[in-house]
Amino acid sequence: MYGKGRIIPALILFLGLVTSPMWYKSGDAGKMPKPEKPKDYTECVAPTQYMRTSHMVLLNEWRDDILREGGPRIGKTANGTEYVRSLQNGCMKCHSDKKKFCDDCHNYASVKPYCWDCHLQPKEAM
Amino acid sequence: MRILSPFIAVLALIAVALAAAQVAGGQALVGIILPYLAFALFLGGFAYRVLHWAKSPVPFRIPTTCGQANSLPWIKQNKIDCPSTKLGVIARMILEVFLFRSLFRNTKAEIHEGPKLVYGSSKFLWLFALLFHYCFLVIVLRHMRLFMDPVPGFVAALEFGDGFMQIGAPVFYQTDAIFLGALAFLFLRRVVLPNIRYISLPADYFPLLLIFGIGLTGILMRYVFRADVVAIKQLTHGLATFTPAILAGQISPIFFIHVFLVCALLIYFPFSKLMHMAGVFMSPTRNMINNSRMVRHINPWNDPNIKPHSYASYEDEFREFMVGADIPVEKELPAQPAAE
Repeated sequence: MYGKGRIIPALILFLGLVTSPMWYKSGDAGKMPKPEKPKDYTECVAPTQYMRTSHMVLLNEWRDDILREGGPRIGKTANGTEYVRSLQNGCMKCHSDKKKFCDDCHNYASVKPYCWDCHLQPKEAM
Repeated sequence: MRILSPFIAVLALIAVALAAAQVAGGQALVGIILPYLAFALFLGGFAYRVLHWAKSPVPFRIPTTCGQANSLPWIKQNKIDCPSTKLGVIARMILEVFLFRSLFRNTKAEIHEGPKLVYGSSKFLWLFALLFHYCFLVIVLRHMRLFMDPVPGFVAALEFGDGFMQIGAPVFYQTDAIFLGALAFLFLRRVVLPNIRYISLPADYFPLLLIFGIGLTGILMRYVFRADVVAIKQLTHGLATFTPAILAGQISPIFFIHVFLVCALLIYFPFSKLMHMAGVFMSPTRNMINNSRMVRHINPWNDPNIKPHSYASYEDEFREFMVGADIPVEKELPAQPAAE
């Protein structure tokens, strides 16, 4: 073999970098985020799986519909319960604790929504 | 046609993944077993190729000279394109690896009326290749958020910079669009230009189409079909910590197509032209110092028992036979005492 002195360390460096997630001091993989669900309410505005994957799309739809199309402020759940289509007055009415609900998953998945660039954060988080 | 078979191969991979994603066993196969297998093959194959290359002797200096070599003191040397020092080679390699300097020299050949053959500079290949590679790097690094917990700061910084325009929710990443655009250019270049199409093989089209499929499924998963990213991180982070688990029914099929294509790429990688990732560092035509006229390079496998054989000694050894065969010699045979 030729050029051992350079090739072997470079190869080890590359393999080390590529496998870095495996030896990176990762937390316990079983530790799933457990967003705290509201105690007084049992029904959300859409099915759980849809909310899990697409709540941000829903928020954008509300914004576009209400602010740009003049859509209604009040929405109805599948069971007929009325709710306010709003982040601060709708979502946060039930999911009142941003830290325990929003941030739990967002931190886990490294998502930094820019909702709070404009919207006021709930008091306890400030 | 050479373009059809790689296209069908990628479609077949997608179909297999889609079928596997429909059943729980198939999800475990595509989501857990295949990634480990593909990653092991990638690491092993990569190391094998590099070590195999390292076994090839390069006894003599064969750098591509792209400028004036070191010569007489009043002739200006091109220190980067024809380096005669280690520093020059390091500069050359850095420019090659980070800025694709040799692609910058890419030329195009056109036939005009006459017929007249015209060569010209063509920077588009360099530009889109650079965009493609850097976007790919950013995208791979961004994915580390799914494999590491807590997420390292540089990954979060990359995500922030990439989604800087704050378009939509989930936020739109610029690299996604540039990546597919650059890939489309690299693909269309092979399809549209007749001289490039002539030399393009399935091995050229397949990686382009496969990577395009990976990018497209990833973008669809993020912006259109939508997947549960927490459930996905549970699986991917589990893969990295050797405790994988699939939350049944929470991950959409598009994720498994994406993962399946990535695994195909990882398996394909070490045995294809994609190994230029390591090859660029090991190209003797780039990484050698052009000092053949300053240093004597001796072939390492020369047999030390075989001594140099100069012409004078050769003639000494065979003079009689040479004279006998009427071959001219420099030194005549010693005069023979005249017989009788």
